[in-house]
Amino acid sequence: MKAKTIDRIMTGVIVGVTILIIAVLAGLIGYLLVRGLRHISFDFLFSPPQTIRAGGGIGPQLFNSLFLLVLTMIITIPLGLGAGIYMSEYAKPNRLTAFIRLIVEVLSSFPSIVVGLFGLLVIVNKFGLGFSLFSGAMALTVFNLPLMVRITEQSLRGVPREQKEAGLALGLSRWRTITSVLMPVAIPSIVTGTILAAGRVFGEAAALLFTAGMSSPRLNFSDWNPLHHTSPLNPFRPAETLAVHIWKINSEGLAPDAAQIAAGASAVLVITVLLFNLGARWLGRVLYRKLTASK
Amino acid sequence: MSTVATQHAFYSKDLSVYYGDKQAVKKISMDFPDRQVVALIGPSGCGKSTFLRSLNRMNDLIPGARIEGEVWINDQNICDPRTDVVRLRQKIGMVWQRPNPFHKSIYENIAFGARYHGIKDRKALDGIVEEALRKTALWDEVKDRLNQSALALSGGQQQRLCIARSVAVRPSILLMDEPASALDPVSTAKIEELIAELKKEYSIVIVTHNMHQAARVSDRTAFFFLGDLVEYDDTRTIFTNPSRKSTDDYISGRFG
Amino acid sequence: MNLPESRSTADPAPPQTGKIAKHHLEEWRGKAYVYLCVLLLVVIIFSIVVFIASRGLTPFISQGVSIKEMLFGLKWAPEDDTPVFGALPFLVGSFSTSLIAALIAAPLGICASIFMTEIMPKTGKSVLQPAIELLAGIPSVVYGFVGLSVIVPFLRHTFPGQGVGIMAGAIVLSVMILPTITSIATDALRSLPAGLKEGSYALGATRWQTIARIILPTTMPALLTGVVLGIARAFGEALAVQMVIGNAPHIPHSLFESATTLTSIITLSMGNTTTGSLHNNALWSLALILLIMTFLFVFIVRLLERRVKRS
Repeated sequence: MKAKTIDRIMTGVIVGVTILIIAVLAGLIGYLLVRGLRHISFDFLFSPPQTIRAGGGIGPQLFNSLFLLVLTMIITIPLGLGAGIYMSEYAKPNRLTAFIRLIVEVLSSFPSIVVGLFGLLVIVNKFGLGFSLFSGAMALTVFNLPLMVRITEQSLRGVPREQKEAGLALGLSRWRTITSVLMPVAIPSIVTGTILAAGRVFGEAAALLFTAGMSSPRLNFSDWNPLHHTSPLNPFRPAETLAVHIWKINSEGLAPDAAQIAAGASAVLVITVLLFNLGARWLGRVLYRKLTASK
Repeated sequence: MSTVATQHAFYSKDLSVYYGDKQAVKKISMDFPDRQVVALIGPSGCGKSTFLRSLNRMNDLIPGARIEGEVWINDQNICDPRTDVVRLRQKIGMVWQRPNPFHKSIYENIAFGARYHGIKDRKALDGIVEEALRKTALWDEVKDRLNQSALALSGGQQQRLCIARSVAVRPSILLMDEPASALDPVSTAKIEELIAELKKEYSIVIVTHNMHQAARVSDRTAFFFLGDLVEYDDTRTIFTNPSRKSTDDYISGRFG
Repeated sequence: MNLPESRSTADPAPPQTGKIAKHHLEEWRGKAYVYLCVLLLVVIIFSIVVFIASRGLTPFISQGVSIKEMLFGLKWAPEDDTPVFGALPFLVGSFSTSLIAALIAAPLGICASIFMTEIMPKTGKSVLQPAIELLAGIPSVVYGFVGLSVIVPFLRHTFPGQGVGIMAGAIVLSVMILPTITSIATDALRSLPAGLKEGSYALGATRWQTIARIILPTTMPALLTGVVLGIARAFGEALAVQMVIGNAPHIPHSLFESATTLTSIITLSMGNTTTGSLHNNALWSLALILLIMTFLFVFIVRLLERRVKRS
């Protein structure tokens, strides 16, 4: 009888904890949306921020975040795919491979602030790229690469061995078997993983403080020549992203509506990450259906 | 080629395969007659699949696998490490136990290999696809949905598509590793009919667990046991008058 | 490919000189590409270690700061006439926030994983799992913002002090590392052989007895792996903690008093020092400590994983 009572109590505790976790999440999201959505308007999303007056927006920051994300993914995806293909298809089971595996694990556990500092030391100062979108993109690549490698490797390993053998048995080279036979099978999970990784990149701030910088020069949104100083597309200008902006106004914001701006910006950030999440699942499913023709 | 080539398509000489320290195939010497079906039978783990997979060096993919001995195809020892395995495999088609079509359309599954090997002309490719599908008796079933995914086909159709895929790159030898064991009886019968048809053009080696199947489709049968080739003879002889007792025991179902 | 219609099946394929080159060439190119990517990966990690170590060691090697002072000194006054670099307050801050965060998050996460695997797998998969994944996806600055605008005021009203401090940091971090702990624990519980549980149930044990006597002890190394990874993440987290901890560079008397961590002092000061100055190099030493801690965490995780594999 006693054991049964304990069993009931513990089950209650576990269910209670679960409800608590869901309540925390619901509270978190609810709080952000309730406080943030009130502040989100067309004007807020597209106008530049104000330093000391109220009514500033997050236009340039939002643009910077998206642009930086694109730059980062352009660098990360080919590198991550390459290294991931190596890990799953070319690496022989020996000490070197074990060592590389350890390296990827270490790299993925580095705190993002350390990656940012490395960026400051090497990319910003040594390479002389200064506080710029490009420096930020390189730092984020370092931060994102291990994840991308793991996604690629696991997706390729998930492909049945017979697919690979079928490709080779037709007289395809190993490389062609990977790109034309294995990749189409692995693509849905690679895409899902990549979008989730992109969500992480979008919200990252610590790696950017000392690489992409904390300021955004005045941008001229009618000038799309990437070589001009005030052009939004110039990758060598400093760029404060949305996540960095939230951090900055929370710690040193002078505008009277800093708290509201932080709330609005946080809501935008969370909604975007949510969209990434949902988008990843949806696209993964669609691709899987399309590529396997299962209805 | 000379008349010798019409007697046997290829042969192995003292072929051994090791997985690490374990010798899975022990010094097998066998010759494979041109355009005939050779069945490899024997209980699980007797080395017949391993032997089959060394004929196109597919065992290279398994870490720790090692080949000793020789396999001669057209005056070329394919076990030589200098062999260009990519070109070798083009000449040797392979079919697996479970159908494994590419995640592509029916058309692409077949055209893909041919295109890779240099045929770019759309009309020529169409011809190759149709020819391969006709050879495997799939044409009438799929001609109206060539652009649909191959994965939408039934298991038996997928398996025939896989055979068509191999045939389309014009191999001279087909290796089949229990090609019908994952299929229902009707599909199995179709595959067997197909094998009888294909041997007019190809030398076929088939691994099977099913003795009736071996008796039905093959011209010659080899009985493997514990990595050894116990007996290799005309199929009729093996099934009616085997010279070894263990062969007789196996085919009469006393073990295995 | 243009084979004659009638042929011996053993005819060699006609020589195709162009093609031999083609498949070797593409294989070679592909290999060169993937090897280059891996090489880059190796170069990146080595340069991170080398560059940060060379900067971080300068204060000890050529600028007269002792390692003992840095690790055990209580006072951090880099801009004084005789600057002192005692980083103990930051170490205390970092360790206490991340350990307390793990103390909060570990039971919660393990309960959540038990719920998902043993109690209501369906609800777990459809409700709890997405919720946990969502928590993992929320950016750290957002956690910092919510911590600053909800948790800090709450603590200020409930406990003596300003609300900022180690407790606020630990609470924020506990939510942030909950997904790590939960997902690893869930994987471990799911991979448990079914026979193990059934054996226990067959003996008449209740569910909780089975969980407490069989499931948790068997999966302990894996559960600990999750906790250590959580601590590692908490230890390296910068902005969320920096926003709620108060940033006073001394060891606090209570959990509700302003304190500092390694990451937050780096975040705050790095931009305000000139490259090459002693103050600046001392900050790199702190970064080096972070780096060494990362290696240590990876090492512990590896040890634990070895035990998981053995059992």
